[in-house]
Formats: sequence, structure tokens, C-alpha cells
Amino acid sequence: MKHTLQQIFRSPKFVVGFSIFMAILLIVLIYPLFITDSPLKIIGQGTFFPPGIYVSAYDSLGAPKFTLNLTDAAAKRVADKLGDQERADIRDWLVADGIPETEIDIHNTEKLLEQWAQNYDPNKKIPGMTFAKQRYYQRLDESLKGLLSKEGAIIAQKNTETGALEEAEIINQTDYVNIDQVASVRVLPLGTDNFGRDVLTELVAATRTSLQIGLVAGLVATLIGLTLGLLAGYIGGTVDDIINFVTNLFIVIPSFVLLILISYSVGQESRGAFLVATVIGLTAWPWTARAVRAQVISLRNRDHVNLSKLSGHSIVHIILTDILPYIASYVIMALILQISSGILAEAGLSILGLGPKTTEVPTLGLMMNWAMIYQAHVQGRWWAYFPVLMTIALITFSMNLMNTGLDQVFNPALRD
Amino acid sequence: MPSDKKICLSTSGLTKIYGFGAHRTVAVDHVDLKLYEGEVVSIVGESGSGKTTLAKMLLGLISSSEGDIYFQGVKRDISSQKKKQEYWKNIQAIFQDPFSSYNIFNKIDSVLLDCIHMRGGRNLSREKKVELMTEACSFVNLKFEELTNKYPFELSGGQMQRLMIARIFLLKPKILLADEPTSMIDACSRATILDMLMQLRKEIGMTVIFITHDIGLAYYVSDTVYIMEHGRFVEFGSADEVILQPREPYTQRLINDVPKIYEEWDLSTV
Repeated sequence: MKHTLQQIFRSPKFVVGFSIFMAILLIVLIYPLFITDSPLKIIGQGTFFPPGIYVSAYDSLGAPKFTLNLTDAAAKRVADKLGDQERADIRDWLVADGIPETEIDIHNTEKLLEQWAQNYDPNKKIPGMTFAKQRYYQRLDESLKGLLSKEGAIIAQKNTETGALEEAEIINQTDYVNIDQVASVRVLPLGTDNFGRDVLTELVAATRTSLQIGLVAGLVATLIGLTLGLLAGYIGGTVDDIINFVTNLFIVIPSFVLLILISYSVGQESRGAFLVATVIGLTAWPWTARAVRAQVISLRNRDHVNLSKLSGHSIVHIILTDILPYIASYVIMALILQISSGILAEAGLSILGLGPKTTEVPTLGLMMNWAMIYQAHVQGRWWAYFPVLMTIALITFSMNLMNTGLDQVFNPALRD
Repeated sequence: MPSDKKICLSTSGLTKIYGFGAHRTVAVDHVDLKLYEGEVVSIVGESGSGKTTLAKMLLGLISSSEGDIYFQGVKRDISSQKKKQEYWKNIQAIFQDPFSSYNIFNKIDSVLLDCIHMRGGRNLSREKKVELMTEACSFVNLKFEELTNKYPFELSGGQMQRLMIARIFLLKPKILLADEPTSMIDACSRATILDMLMQLRKEIGMTVIFITHDIGLAYYVSDTVYIMEHGRFVEFGSADEVILQPREPYTQRLINDVPKIYEEWDLSTV
């Protein structure tokens, strides 16, 4: 036993797969200890906030100011509002307004803005321009106001008695706050999803649920497959024929179709994560049953089984001590594969909208489903679906690697 | 053939057919066997002649397609697990390959303990059980203290096969079916193991069915020899009769196939 374990951990494939899997598992276990938010809590008003560090604007006003004289600060500020696209748009408007193209230098920021300020009139109608385009130019004009000003911004407070605005503070362009001194900062490494939930927190919780679903589905499938395979293989005869018939029936009907039908008939309201897991397990057992049956048939005529019979052991005793240990390694491998295919099956079902109820727990498949319904892939909101895809891929990849590694240890013929 | 002795095990028209249609193979074809108490019978034949199938039917590990088996004059009944257990108290076996005869996950002690339990010693004290196991091991020149808590793979093939004999020593069956017990063992251990088997036979007075492809070995140990070809007994009689004056060409071929150390091998007959 110890020897086998040593061998398993000497297999590079298993070790890589095991490390990835353990890393995922550790993150899933440790992350909730630090971020205690409920994964389904809606924190963002609006959909798909991009990943980044969110600093409270209100709190940063009250934070201590530091003066930093940075030479490129003004350039950055201008570049942020006035990119290449905006410059080209300004040129287009000016040209349409009748200014010769040769007089416009889009790289000379000051001159460009001067020309813009002199000529732009929000009420002017330019023939052939859509309403949306007009609105765009109005917004652009707003954002360009005061871009080159050297003045600071004034924070005003409303006097509660007179109702007049009173100057409270001036924020200069060279004023900075230290992010550590701002009271409220929230890092959203993967942004928010369509409901405004923190994607990372949700992803960790979803991974946890999906792993549980995979484990339950894998255990159910392996248990059924193992029991039926053992009975069919060892007892043989009519029992074998009947079990084989049922197994073939399940293999002939594609299990995913069966899964869809069962999930649909169970109904949205009663579909919890574990019910879905059990349903997946109930449709995934036939391959395990087949493989176990084949192994048991080759084992049941071995001398040690015969000797065990001659020693007067009962069928149950023989199956438990003389057959099961010999196929245990195989069963463990089958279990790993069943877990990973259980996770995939849940993802597949949820994308179709037949996964667990959406209000209780996030699962990897449900996150994909939401991202798809809100067209994250069309809008380019990659953070809503790509990390989920990667997690599913990593889990199945690590499990398949572990499986191959185990296979190499238990099947010496496959060692390279 | 000693007519005053009682018949211990006999078969009439015992047949085993594997498969059907184009794949139909008659492994054992209407075999009649008479086994007297206390004698040593050899069943000799080349591989594929149905010796092992016959042995498994006699042991009750596989069912026969046709024919009956009589144990001590009564038709054998092993329809239930309980009756099977009762039958296996009387008939036991040693298999060809000692390496595959053991469950590699169980310690050696459990093999011997199973035998003690089968003989009704389940409630004996631990000391008494150890004493019995030590006795059995010393009968086959093994030290129980060295074997206890070891796994089968830590033993040599010869030690494993001797332990199988120790097992028989504990079980004391009426009939022992030895299916090529020495074919996987080197020549030196072979003689030791045969001697142990014969000594054990003498001590507990059991009947031995010796299955082998080596006619020389059969002559060395047995009273009666059955020659088996394609599932049938082609010749049988006392060892002297069959081997010194063979009537059948098949028997002669088997005799010629035994390599003789002082002659060059004649490979043309192989």
C-alpha cells in the first residue's frame, strides 16, 4: 500500500494533475475565510463592471492629500479623454463644418481644442449625421470642457440654512491620495457579472458547488456501476444477461438526452444542486458497470478465487476480499473520470437552462448560462465567462491527468 | 486394483462442453473414473486434454454438462452454499501456479486461519491457533514465526507451494486434487514438495488425484494412471501396466516425450 502510494507520487502526470486539483481545492476552501460575502450578493448597480480596483470616490475626498508634481500627469489626463479615435472624430466634424482638412493637425492638442471650441455648436445640424452621432459629439464636447485648464476642482457644500453652495475644498490637479488611506476600496479582480455580483467570489462558490455535484454524481454512478458490474461479472448466467440488457439499454439511449428529459420532468422548482447531481449519476453508470463486469469476469476464474471458494467463503466475502481489492485501482480511476464528467454534464445541463435552481447556489454551468443569456460573449465581457471556462477546463484537465498517471502506475505496460 | 477397498469418488459419463455452434468444444467427453480410498491416481495428458476442466468439475467449481459424480457411493449434492462447504471439507486442491493461488492483499496468516475456521476451530484461543499453524508450517519445513504478518509476494514460489501443503495439513481432507503442483517449481524444490505430499498422504490417509503432463512424475507417485487425450481416458490401469507396457500410441508418445538426461533429445517427436 505504502509502496503503491510512493509510486503514484513518482508519476509526473499524477503529480501535476494532483497539484492543480489541490490548488483549486485549497482556493475553494481558503477564499471564503477571507471574503465572507455571500457569493450571490448583488453589489454592483448595473451589469458587467470590468475587473479592477474600485476606490470610493466619496472617501477619497476626505483622505489626506499629497502633492505630487508629475510631468506626465497632464498628458495622461488629456490622452484619457482625447484618444486617437476622438481626435479623428473631431477632425471629421470640423471638416463637415467646412474647415479645410489641411488646416487641421490632429496631433497638436492645443490647436485642435481651440478650433473645436471656436467652431462646435451643439445645435448645428450637419446633413447626413444620425441623431446618435449628434449625441456622441455633445457628450464629447462635455468631457473636453476644461481639459487644458490648470485650475483645480472646487468641492462645494450646501449650507443647510440658506441653501447656498459654499466652497468647502479645492482639489488641485497635483493632489493625490494614497489608496491605503482611502477608507473603502474594493478589489474586483474579475469584475462583476450581469447581476452586479463579484465574479471571483461567485466563481469560488460555484467551483465548490460544482465539485460537490461532481463528487456526488461520480459516487452515485460509480456505486451503481460497481454493484451491477460485480453482480453481473461474478454471478454470471441469467443475472448477467438481465444486467447486461439494462446496461445496453442505457448505453444505446444517449445519456445526455436522458439527462435533459429527467431534468425537465423534475421541474425548475424542485431542482436543487444535489438532485441534479444524483440525476447525472443515475445516467452515467453504464460504462463503469461494463468495465467492472469485464474485469470481474477475468478475475472470477483465478486460482485465488477458487481457493477462497474451497475455503468455504460466501459469495459476499469473496466479492469483498478477493475481487474488490483487485479492481479497486480501476474503480478509483473510473471514479475520477466520473467526477470530471459529472462536472461537465452539470455545465452542459445548466447552459441549456436545465441546471439547478438559479436562486440558491451558483454553479459553473449556471454562471455560463447567465453570461450567455446576457450576451457577455457578444459584448466582449470576457470576465463573465472566460474564468469559468478556464476553471472547468482546469478541473477536468487535472483529473484526467491524475487518471492517466494512475493508469501508468497500475498498468506497467503503459509506463514510458 | 484393490477390490476390497471402498470407492471414494467416482464419475459416470462426466462431460463438459464449452460454447455452442461453431465454437462448441468438448473439453471432457464421457469420462468414467473410479477412485478407491487411500490410493494415488494420476491423470496424465498434454495441455488441452481436459485435465484441469475435469479437476474443476470434481472440485465442484464448475458444473458439468452431462454425467454424474458420486462421492462415497452417493450422488454428490452441492446445490447450496452450505452443502458446498460440507463437500469442500472432504475434497481440497493444490493449484498449479502458487503465485496466483494467493490473494495478494491478505496476509499469509489468513490463509491458514481460514483452514482452522473451516475445521470448526473458530472459537479456539489465539494461542491454540498459533500452535496449530506452527505445527502445520513445521510439517513443510517452514517457520511460522518468519511467515506471520508477511504478504504472499514476500515468499518464494517453493515456499508458497509448501504453504499450500501446510494448508492441506490443517484441513485434512479425504481427497486431495493436486493440479500440476510442481510444474511451476524448480527441479530441486520439486522433489521436496512431492515427498512432502506423499508423506502427508501417508499421515492422514487421504486419496490423492495427481494431475500432470509429466508421465515420469506420475509413475513415481501413483498407484493407478489414467491417460487422457482430447477429453477421454484412452488408457488406464496400474502404474506399472500403463507405463511399462503401454498399449496406446498416445501413451508411448507421452513416455518418449520425457527428457532423459543420458540421451540426446529427439525433437522430431515433439
